[in-house]
Amino acid sequence: MTGVTDIRAQIDALPGLDPRAPLLHVEDLHVEFRTRDGVAKAVNGASFHLSAGETLAILGESGCGKSVTAQAVMGILDTPPAHITNGTVRYRGVDLLGLSEQERRKVRANRIAMIFQDALSALNPVYTVGFQLGELFRKHRGLSRKDAKRRAVESLDQVRIPAAGQRINDYPHQFSGGMRQRVMIAMALALDPEVLIADEPTTALDVTVQAQIMRLLAELQRQRTMGLILITHDMGVVADVADRVSVMYAGKVVEEAPVYDIYGRPAHPYTQALLASIPRLDLKGRPLNVIRGLPPALTDIPSGCAFHPRCGYAREICRQEQPPAYRIAPHRESRCHFIREVLGV
Amino acid sequence: MFRFIVRRLLQMVLTFFGATFLVYALMFAAQSDPIQALVGERPITDSQRAALTERYHLNDSFLQQYWYYVKGLLTGDLGTSLTGRRISDMLADAWPVTLRLSLMAIIFAATIAIVAGVVSGIRRGSIFDNATLFVTLIVLAMPIVVLAPLAQLIFGIKLGWFPPTAGRDATLYQLLLPAAVLASLVVATELRVTRASVAENMRADYVRTARAKALTRSRVIGVHVLRNSLIPVVTLIGVDIGGLMSGAIVTEKVFNIPGVGFNLFRGIRTEDGPLVVGFVSFLVIVFLVVNLLVDLLYAVLDPRIRYE
Repeated sequence: MTGVTDIRAQIDALPGLDPRAPLLHVEDLHVEFRTRDGVAKAVNGASFHLSAGETLAILGESGCGKSVTAQAVMGILDTPPAHITNGTVRYRGVDLLGLSEQERRKVRANRIAMIFQDALSALNPVYTVGFQLGELFRKHRGLSRKDAKRRAVESLDQVRIPAAGQRINDYPHQFSGGMRQRVMIAMALALDPEVLIADEPTTALDVTVQAQIMRLLAELQRQRTMGLILITHDMGVVADVADRVSVMYAGKVVEEAPVYDIYGRPAHPYTQALLASIPRLDLKGRPLNVIRGLPPALTDIPSGCAFHPRCGYAREICRQEQPPAYRIAPHRESRCHFIREVLGV
Repeated sequence: MFRFIVRRLLQMVLTFFGATFLVYALMFAAQSDPIQALVGERPITDSQRAALTERYHLNDSFLQQYWYYVKGLLTGDLGTSLTGRRISDMLADAWPVTLRLSLMAIIFAATIAIVAGVVSGIRRGSIFDNATLFVTLIVLAMPIVVLAPLAQLIFGIKLGWFPPTAGRDATLYQLLLPAAVLASLVVATELRVTRASVAENMRADYVRTARAKALTRSRVIGVHVLRNSLIPVVTLIGVDIGGLMSGAIVTEKVFNIPGVGFNLFRGIRTEDGPLVVGFVSFLVIVFLVVNLLVDLLYAVLDPRIRYE
């Protein structure tokens, strides 16, 4: 058996690893949940890529497949009921979906890490924060309990938790919401990953704390030139930190664009509708714009373009044919039959 | 923590007086002529009767009698049984037997319940899970008055694998069969609680986090899920220990084990008031102490519980 200390060397020996290949490349990912009540198609062809130092926001309503996509990339979906039926996930050229669970574990947390929405339930309530952090150093770096504890304190210092040396012995419930999310971040970054997936990292927090956490994330990302995937439904957060945006609807990326273009000239009716539904001060007193209807049930996704029942541009072709990805500009794609109309050209 | 223990001890005092008072009152109401019960079939002269009445304070009011009794208890004197033996001596004989039997039973039950419960909690819906569901249902449905003689007949007499009875100085081997029968009283519930608890914790968010930390499956289950799952199970086992230690009347009777339950049964049948009250008072203390220990253990397992 090989020791745990040389795990980094083991990662370098993974089949197909090429340091010059894109950091993360997800292509045509399909995930479905097979349950007794039927098959729920949670992800239906998600594609995106991420480079070092870049922030990609994945934007969409609840239940559009954002979190499932993230968990598929991490390899922590429960199978069954979840099954990845198609697609590839490549980390620096390594096809992650083709790896054994044992090899996959070397990439997970070491190279691609994840933070979750609700840190209170995402941390184990019966172990101290120091134990849960130290565990990473002990199991992946082969450190002794004492050294692991020292590293755990350093990790908490990095996310600016005051008096880290004492707080290391506290349990998750003894932290405030914001501090707890900092612990979560410290845990995800403990092993210096190259990719961090943040699944709604600030949704459970107060607005002021949200801003602090986002600033901290952005700063840590800059220090480490780490790729960040930010999963969110908050357009405000996206505007502040993202470089590029992928908009997901019913398990598919319907539009991908640099953040500036998304706000300036959305190229998909769904993105347009999302932007129109942001409350604005200059429209005070008037009813909010809402997207009429509900997102489709994942067990019964509409034919053709999944957005057609809620779309103002929809015509017969939208019910029949799935729109292909139209390339509008470099790094800009949209899946809509009437893209010219939407863009107004 | 200290304040919690003090508060619990005060509660124990109240519970103790409440329980002994109730038992004493019940015995007092049930006995018709304790002196006749004492001397049995033989005739008794008036002077003897007067002497005994004087000695046992039988002419005093109920409350006075209860007071004499409590006074004796507090000075460590449980009184004398109607058979003439000191109750503390009888307890000293019976208690170790019951203690050994109940500890064996609880070790059997807890081991089976936790191992099988964890496995079926992880593999919900598997053949193993369904098989344990089936077996636990049967065990739950079978009353001990059926199970104990049946086990004695089959394993003790027909197959002869185990000694059919265990006497006063029973070896561990002799106690195996009665302990297994006693364990069946509690194993099914403990197993179902373990299974439900594990199944629930497997779906918890922190398990997803543990997997995102690239921990091995055995560590995720053995370290993260297990400790959380065992919290309700430990409480249940603690209550069961208290219950089993307070004597297994049927099992001890069937296997002829002269433990606490065995003596208690005889005491009730012969209307031996002092014996019953004395034993029950002691059992109340055992039960209370075990429950206090369980509550403290609960705090060790679950740091969210603060005893302030």
